Amino acid sequence: MTTSTPPVAQHPGPTAESGGERSAAARFWRSLTRTTTGQVYLALIAILVVCWVVVAIKGSNLLSIDSIADMLIRSVALGIVAAGQTLVIIGMSLDLSVAWVISLTSIVAAVVMDGSNANIAPGILVVLALGMAIGLVNGLVITKLRVNPFIATLGVALIIQGFIESRWDGVVEGVPGGFEDSLGYSEIGPLPIAVLLLVAVYALVWFLLRYTRFGHQLYAVGGSEEVSKLSGVRTHRILIMAHVICSLCAAVTGLYLAARLGAGSPLVGTDGGYDLESIAAVVLGGTYLLGGRGSVLGTLAGVFILAILDSTFNALEVNAFAKDVVRGVIIIVAVAAYSFRWKERRVRKIGAGPAPAVTGNAPQTQTPGANA
Amino acid sequence: MSPGEESREAAGGAATATRSPLLQMRGIKKDFLGVHVLHGIDLECAAGEVHAIVGENGAGKSTLMKILAGAYTPSAGEIIIDGKPQKFSHPLEAQQAGVSIIYQEFNLLPDRTVAENVFLGREPKRGFIVDRAKMERETEKLLREFAPDDPIPPDELVGRLSVAQQQTVEIAKALSLDSKILVMDEPTASLAAHEVERLFTRVKRLRERGMAILYISHRLKEIFELAQRITVLKDGQKVKTVNADEVSSAELVKLMVGRDLDQYFPPRGDPSKRGDVKLRVRGGATDVLANIDLDIHAGEILGVAGLQGSGRTELARAIFGADPFLEGTVEIDGKPVKINSPQQAIAHGIGFVSEDRKSEGLTLAQSVRDNVALAWRGLARRRRNQLTINVKDLCQAVELRSRGLGQEVRFLSGGNQQKVVIAKWLATEPQLVIFDEPTRGIDVGAKAGIHDLIRGLANDGVAVLMISSELPEVIGMSDRIIVMRNGQIAGELPAGPTEAEIMFLATGEEDIEAETEADLAKIQEELSSAGEGGKS
Repeated sequence: MTTSTPPVAQHPGPTAESGGERSAAARFWRSLTRTTTGQVYLALIAILVVCWVVVAIKGSNLLSIDSIADMLIRSVALGIVAAGQTLVIIGMSLDLSVAWVISLTSIVAAVVMDGSNANIAPGILVVLALGMAIGLVNGLVITKLRVNPFIATLGVALIIQGFIESRWDGVVEGVPGGFEDSLGYSEIGPLPIAVLLLVAVYALVWFLLRYTRFGHQLYAVGGSEEVSKLSGVRTHRILIMAHVICSLCAAVTGLYLAARLGAGSPLVGTDGGYDLESIAAVVLGGTYLLGGRGSVLGTLAGVFILAILDSTFNALEVNAFAKDVVRGVIIIVAVAAYSFRWKERRVRKIGAGPAPAVTGNAPQTQTPGANA
Repeated sequence: MSPGEESREAAGGAATATRSPLLQMRGIKKDFLGVHVLHGIDLECAAGEVHAIVGENGAGKSTLMKILAGAYTPSAGEIIIDGKPQKFSHPLEAQQAGVSIIYQEFNLLPDRTVAENVFLGREPKRGFIVDRAKMERETEKLLREFAPDDPIPPDELVGRLSVAQQQTVEIAKALSLDSKILVMDEPTASLAAHEVERLFTRVKRLRERGMAILYISHRLKEIFELAQRITVLKDGQKVKTVNADEVSSAELVKLMVGRDLDQYFPPRGDPSKRGDVKLRVRGGATDVLANIDLDIHAGEILGVAGLQGSGRTELARAIFGADPFLEGTVEIDGKPVKINSPQQAIAHGIGFVSEDRKSEGLTLAQSVRDNVALAWRGLARRRRNQLTINVKDLCQAVELRSRGLGQEVRFLSGGNQQKVVIAKWLATEPQLVIFDEPTRGIDVGAKAGIHDLIRGLANDGVAVLMISSELPEVIGMSDRIIVMRNGQIAGELPAGPTEAEIMFLATGEEDIEAETEADLAKIQEELSSAGEGGKS
């Protein structure tokens, strides 16, 4: 595919790196070509190049400062939700309530701030607390009531939807100008402040996953709840924590969108399709939908890929249906590619689990005496 | 806090300690839903001892060990470790009391590194941050000390290791937990010969360190090499605890088996009525099976015995085309056929009543009617037109007791569920039916009904291949028995052998005493004079 030196800044290598005594450059190249996250970034570059060429033929420049800023801004809202979504998916859960959490928090921000700059700080605190509370409910329902995450978060989403629709049926004014100007539109140097927010969220989540016990144990719970439990991991606590952070990310997105629009809106979350789109970005970024594998940096690449496609389609004035078709194809192709890659690895893996010899797998995956 | 260092200190200290019974289990009882699985078992293991636990499949070894590991709670009895009575309600508590168990299926995460697995749940921290360097250093130290001949990098993914290496990681994990008692469940089942040697050296090293090791194995040779004492379990009861140097392998096998056949089995078929060869396999092999030569006649029940993991189920699945033979020839009624999928097998008149009826045999949430018609609906249209089925008649034929044909199968008892599976295959008018553990999880009363049905099939001229872990069942039902070992057919026995004869073939015991050798020779003679096919 591409051979150029990648413009991706300081990609720190995904969690599953096993480097020998190689030079830093060699290790970097290896992590780029051998790991899922590295390959996602290579794919990102390839897609960027292709889109840039296609748009250039049309006579515009995809990589102009304005256009790049536009793509980054597009990425902020989806990016922050997707960071949280990555956590729950690594833990073999899922959150379908994020879109309605975004809508709700954007409204609550507007209501609490009530047009006064003095209320910005309390507004932010209330919104963040609300996000965490919803995440706690999600987590408790999933772990203690043992409701499938899909259903649990769908149920919570419906409850929030009902609550919103019974009280608000249009845009909710009240976001003060100070908030709009700061989080929504101000810049530090060439970078919009929102982009810094995005970077901060990803740095934080990346740190959590890679360097904390919570992160280590979250991968373990997603890999096998049984093994984790038998090893002494408090699996429920870990999963609840992941859900709290996920909803917190959604609340931050709600705040950002409120600032950006200057108002709260009952439809801002669902119109943006943040529930399914965030899941799409996560799997596009190489995180395994059934838990235990993945990286938040991959998710960031997934978000950028979706943003690049969006900008390209806009520049080419493609109609909305064709847009969705292309996006659908890309997601399916990517996930199919990962599952082939993982299947190859799985063949080498033996003696893991009782392997009910039924699933019609290729015979190579079975080991003499490993089961029963 | 470094668990690794602690464990070494503890181990060093224990090595010099006296040989008191570190572990005592007294009067352990367990029942599952009123079925008694363990009837009051006593067991002792001293520090620095390898104590072997032997017994047939279903003797209660695994249940006993799961109780020790805190995975099950006993219905009665007590566990005393280091003089202190213990009550485990969670595996974590057993772990804290110093008990580690290495299951046959490892408790490792393939997508995490060796170090991450060893320290899972107890990651060393520096402030907020997991101290990865320390974790890897500790792991490397543990591994180097315990397995110096096979260095495993601590940052390698566990999924990329060999089975033997994964086992080493499991043991390292147990060591880092500061375990005093280590349970190993069939540790050599999936190892190659040179890996077994290596494991033995390591187990001996642990023994010298003062660990108490409970070693479950079917392989008597290993037991005699490692163990000081041997406890024999049978039918959930302790037969005896013996010193390893005071018993021969023949005596041991006799202790393991030799129970009265008090169960009722339908009368065997009349050998003169046995039909022609229905299915013939020559040189059959898959990646886990080799040299399979097999004849199944119409109207006979061919029993398949063997230990867990010996390839019994794999044989059934190969014949049924689920994991087809990669080499060799298969003939049905003398005509060569290729069976590469279950659909083809069904088209050739083969039915398969699988071991796990709940996930493989039935769609639990559907009605009796739908389940019975399931296999028939999968037939080609032409065949379906020839074969009209009447679900009601089929259910009567198997004496199904249900609240009507619309009842969901999941509400039926185990025995009645199995009858639905059998009715399902009857609908396809099979000529060969494979039963894998036909009465597993079925209560005693209903077992006889299933046995009658199987015999009834054979009497109607159907060829039957029946796999069972229960030796009385194999012996009571079969017209002939083949015994599997290590993916091959270890031998064939005529109707009504003793359990010992089967166990000898299944375990591959070579150092047998003269008396039993004579017995075996007699069996061989009988075999050749009977002139049965099957063995080449």
